[in-house]
Amino acid sequence: MQVFLLRRSLGFLATLFAVSVIVFLVMNVLPGDPAVTILGIDSTEDARAALRAELGLDRPLWQRYGAWVWDAVRGDFGTSYFFRVPVSELIAERLPLTLPLAAFGMLATVTLGVTLGIIAAAQHGRPGDWAIMLLSQLGIAIPAFWLSILLVLLFAVKLRWLPPGGFPGWDDPVLALRSLILPTAALALVQSAVLARVTRSSALEVMRLDFVRTARATGLAPRRILGRHILPNALVPIVTIVGMQVAGVVTGTIVIENVFYLPGLGRLVFQSIANRDLFTVQALVVLFAAIVVTANFLVDIAYVLIDPRLKGRLA
Amino acid sequence: MIRASGITVRFGSHAALRDVSLQLDPGQRLGIVGESGSGKSMLGLTLMGMLPSSAKLDGQLHVDGQDMSTAADRQWRSLRARRVAMVFQEPASALNPLRRVGDTVMEPLRLHLRLDRKAAQQRMLELLDETGIQEPALKARQYPHELSGGQRQRVLIALALACDPALLIADEPTTALDAHVGLRITELLVRLARDRGMALVFISHDLAAVARTVDDVAVMYGGEVVERGPVAEVLRAPQHPYTQGLLAARPPLDAGQLRRRLPVVPGNVPAMADLPLGCRFAGRCHVELPRCAATRPSETSLSPGRSAACHHLPDPSI
Repeated sequence: MQVFLLRRSLGFLATLFAVSVIVFLVMNVLPGDPAVTILGIDSTEDARAALRAELGLDRPLWQRYGAWVWDAVRGDFGTSYFFRVPVSELIAERLPLTLPLAAFGMLATVTLGVTLGIIAAAQHGRPGDWAIMLLSQLGIAIPAFWLSILLVLLFAVKLRWLPPGGFPGWDDPVLALRSLILPTAALALVQSAVLARVTRSSALEVMRLDFVRTARATGLAPRRILGRHILPNALVPIVTIVGMQVAGVVTGTIVIENVFYLPGLGRLVFQSIANRDLFTVQALVVLFAAIVVTANFLVDIAYVLIDPRLKGRLA
Repeated sequence: MIRASGITVRFGSHAALRDVSLQLDPGQRLGIVGESGSGKSMLGLTLMGMLPSSAKLDGQLHVDGQDMSTAADRQWRSLRARRVAMVFQEPASALNPLRRVGDTVMEPLRLHLRLDRKAAQQRMLELLDETGIQEPALKARQYPHELSGGQRQRVLIALALACDPALLIADEPTTALDAHVGLRITELLVRLARDRGMALVFISHDLAAVARTVDDVAVMYGGEVVERGPVAEVLRAPQHPYTQGLLAARPPLDAGQLRRRLPVVPGNVPAMADLPLGCRFAGRCHVELPRCAATRPSETSLSPGRSAACHHLPDPSI
């Protein structure tokens, strides 16, 4: 167990390092100059040069990267070129929107995906199964941003049940939650369509196994067999996909927050890339990578909690 | 307690069981023997109401006086475990791999007998002990993959016995086990049936295992019962050519005879699709009469409790 944790921690750091190097290089290869973005296109070359020197942009690439890592290790992620505030402040300000949004997105994905998948498996070959499979096929085919627009048109513009976008802050939790309903749905519908399919096929595979026959011979009701015997045994592939979907939902916030005008981390990533705001992009991408790697780590732990036969994996 | 007559199970146009009749009294031990594909497992599933949904059942089936021939799954569920229980062939895969075996055995105790957690646990440990599991408290906390094949089969028997059924159906319970472990399991089944006054249907292709486990035996071939009677009589003086062939195909016990080639019943069990119209054994039989291929022999009573379905019975009066 300790060896496992140590190995995973090293892998965690190596992943973050690789991600930060790649982002740093890509941001420098991209055309565009932060000084121009900040000062405007009619600024003088002298003013731009002064600003570059102030931001440290005149130093060689490796020096800038080294300085960034050195500061980051000590908890200082630099100052945003564009907003002129520490990046950590920017993140702290927007985390209370993106974190709940991603969490609701995952919660809705798992609830909807697993429930529909299990119902489809229980109804295998009957109309309920066909209907769910058809819906999930649609869900997989529809792009999330387009679905978002449809949801806004229907629930905000036509029915006027929910706000079309924006976020009022958590001062009024009810209003805040209402404004997160459509974004959550947009995040979760596509992902849950994938999950429903995985759940269904995994459950169908387990249904054929001998212990399910034993459970029937024990006189257990179909619902109990499904919930207590089939579902737990179908969980390993489901958990694998859920782990990958954390990445999908986290990166999905970039698109969704832009469609719904939510001032969260996803929108911040988008703005920062457009503004060539290197330190902000750098910190956000590393943060997203950390979330995804942590999710995968939790998936590995979950495998062992689900299946006692996999205890050897932690060695 | 079980009265089955004229049981026919069809999958589309193919009959997996044809005109099978069976009577089972409390405490009776009945063996079902036959090759793979003879329909013996299908018969076991029929008695549990667990035929695949694509199967069509005809005939009369009474369990405890209730007509179950057309019963829905819900009705069968109230009989399973409480009146009729079943143990399957592969103990390695017949237990939920994610559950401690003690929890598996406790499930019917909690659900069907509505015992509270403590009482169920107590009863579970007694059941494991009764089925010959050493250190039941320790084993109950283990997962199936931590137990041996014989121990898993004992757990499955304990599970089947949980609600004190009147009939236990054991479908090839020893086939996947080492010979000496299988021997212990058959001994256990006989002891349990005797102690509890429980009826036992023992399905096997192993004639030696059947001989030491049951009182009566039914020999199945091609979905039909071709011969039945007290096990000692059937094995000593088989009347149906198929039973004779099965007995001749047993490996001899003394080494001197082992040099001989093992006799076999020639040919294969016919596929369900191309079963002969008449006697299903026609084509593999060593005494074949012209009418064998044309008309189906019916079960002829030879003596009380003894019968065979063959056109060529040596002496109908024995």
